[in-house]
Amino acid sequence: MKQISRWFQRNLIRIYAVVAFTYLFIPVAYTFAFSFNDSGKSNLVWKGFTFANWQNPCGAPEVCSALGNSIKIGFLATLFSTILGTMIAFALGRHKFKGRSTTNLLIFLPMATPEIVLGASLLSLFLVFKINPGFWPTVIAHVLFCISFVVVTVKARIASLDPRLEQAAMDLYANERETFRRVTLPLVAPGIAAAALLAFSLSFDDFIITNFNSGTMTTFPKFIYTSAARGIPAQANVIGSAMFFLALAIVIIGQFVGRKRKVS
Amino acid sequence: MSDIAKAARGDLKLSHITKSYGDFTAVNDLSLVIPEGSFFALLGPSGCGKTTTLRMIAGLEEPTQGTISLGATDITDTKPYQRPINTVFQNYALFPHLTIFENIAFGLRRRGIKDVDDAVNKALDLVELPHLAQRKPTQLSGGQQQRIALARAIVNRPALLLLDEPLGALDLKLRRQMQIELKWIQKEVGITFVHVTHDQEEAMTMADTIAVMNEGQIEQMGSPADLYDNPETAFVANFLGQSNLIKGTVAGNDGANQIIDLFGQKISLQKDRSHAVDNSIYAGIRPEKFRISRLETATSGNILTGGKIEDVSYIGVSTQYQVLMPWGQELMVFEQNDDGVAPFSVGEPVNISWEPIFTFGLRGDEDAEAGTEVSPDEDLDEE
Repeated sequence: MKQISRWFQRNLIRIYAVVAFTYLFIPVAYTFAFSFNDSGKSNLVWKGFTFANWQNPCGAPEVCSALGNSIKIGFLATLFSTILGTMIAFALGRHKFKGRSTTNLLIFLPMATPEIVLGASLLSLFLVFKINPGFWPTVIAHVLFCISFVVVTVKARIASLDPRLEQAAMDLYANERETFRRVTLPLVAPGIAAAALLAFSLSFDDFIITNFNSGTMTTFPKFIYTSAARGIPAQANVIGSAMFFLALAIVIIGQFVGRKRKVS
Repeated sequence: MSDIAKAARGDLKLSHITKSYGDFTAVNDLSLVIPEGSFFALLGPSGCGKTTTLRMIAGLEEPTQGTISLGATDITDTKPYQRPINTVFQNYALFPHLTIFENIAFGLRRRGIKDVDDAVNKALDLVELPHLAQRKPTQLSGGQQQRIALARAIVNRPALLLLDEPLGALDLKLRRQMQIELKWIQKEVGITFVHVTHDQEEAMTMADTIAVMNEGQIEQMGSPADLYDNPETAFVANFLGQSNLIKGTVAGNDGANQIIDLFGQKISLQKDRSHAVDNSIYAGIRPEKFRISRLETATSGNILTGGKIEDVSYIGVSTQYQVLMPWGQELMVFEQNDDGVAPFSVGEPVNISWEPIFTFGLRGDEDAEAGTEVSPDEDLDEE
């Protein structure tokens, strides 16, 4: 009895870790497992193992066009928000100008505003300007909320950059443009890459704001939501699982590159 | 303009340079000529304006007033990358994303030089680190980074090399070694070195000429020996080594000497070593120039009588005494432990003597404490 309690004490942290990770990953495991379900219409009951869903991920109606829309929007939103956000981050991080602290505050606002409010007011704004909801209004909305996260991420990286490195470059015959290209940008790049990844996942994930501003266009989250009522097709599980493993691969590669850089 | 500036060579000349930040004046009407090929040190405490001066020479700060020229070329309004001047930064500022080789090649490549291998390898040989070419800066020790920073600047063969507290981050032993090495490298490459430091020993070890700076101005400029033996101000007398400053009045003349009255006792001072402007004067003597003697011992030269040993500290090569004089001042005396004389003990009555040629005279209206309280704290150095 004593031995058992001692073993328990010694391994408490491990047990806790296993429980916590199980809790986190059961939904993922469920999604992954049911991507192999020979389901037919509804993917709620296990009916037998099959590779058919993975061989034909676009089998269900609309699933791939929704995914395509989400990727297109995600790509464009990431591109614009990363470029604009990086420029804002440099302005805020490197220059003193009138209204800098106000700008800092305004950048935080989209992050603090409830999505439901942001989505609804954007829709009414578009309607006032007689712009119909659809692909481009959605892109614009996504750029809007992604920018804040990009600015915050890139600014943190700029703040940690030693200004003497740029001075050293100028001292070593690099003009302003070359200094930016050869020293500033390479050193800030990891921050920009992290910001871009964050922006993409935020855009890809978004349902509430998209739902207001996309009109009849379907994105992947919208597709899942609408199909939930009549049964989510197993193809959605295939795409969800694939996205999960892709993200996992990116994180692992990132860790590996980071560690290699430190060691070599 | 920029090409002319890039090719400029010759003496560096600062004319009436002032740098203000709002109400604060960091450098105040400073004029200075640094001869080509010399090892020049700007020495002073934190906040004296030495780093600001260096940054203006580099082009990283713009002077509020005044001009900077190199040889016959005015470089005041040129950008840092247009000047044939390179800097070894205080924290080295090596580019962390580039290899050591690319760090050193950086300046050459920016000037459009295609074949950099030879020059870079020579620079690596000069600092004795050729095996580190493919490493990244973070994998190097502080001393190695310091040498790479030096190689990265020297490889460009600038007209002027600026060193901003280059040895500040190194431990004492390594610092001594680098001082000797830097001096050797300067002779080897023949480039003008301008070295900024708060460490008087470092400046004296390396530089041919030292300019002592205080509150944005140059207090005195000269060779290390000049500054030490014949300081012109109390600040220099106290900042470079230690000094005993005794208040007195000029009592008369005796040929090339002045007779100085120090609380009723007469001593002599060479006129050309006196910087007093009127009869009010401080007589200055370095602690190691003093000799202590017992009352019965005959002495020559300048003599002050009536002293009493207050404190004795034995520190190996020498013994340091505090001697209380009749007028209440404690004088500092360093005696070498080589003359076979039994050490003096606390409370013993003694006389103090020294060779008259070692006396220097300062203005009587100076603050005798100037330059003593400044702590050489590099963390507080102006950026």
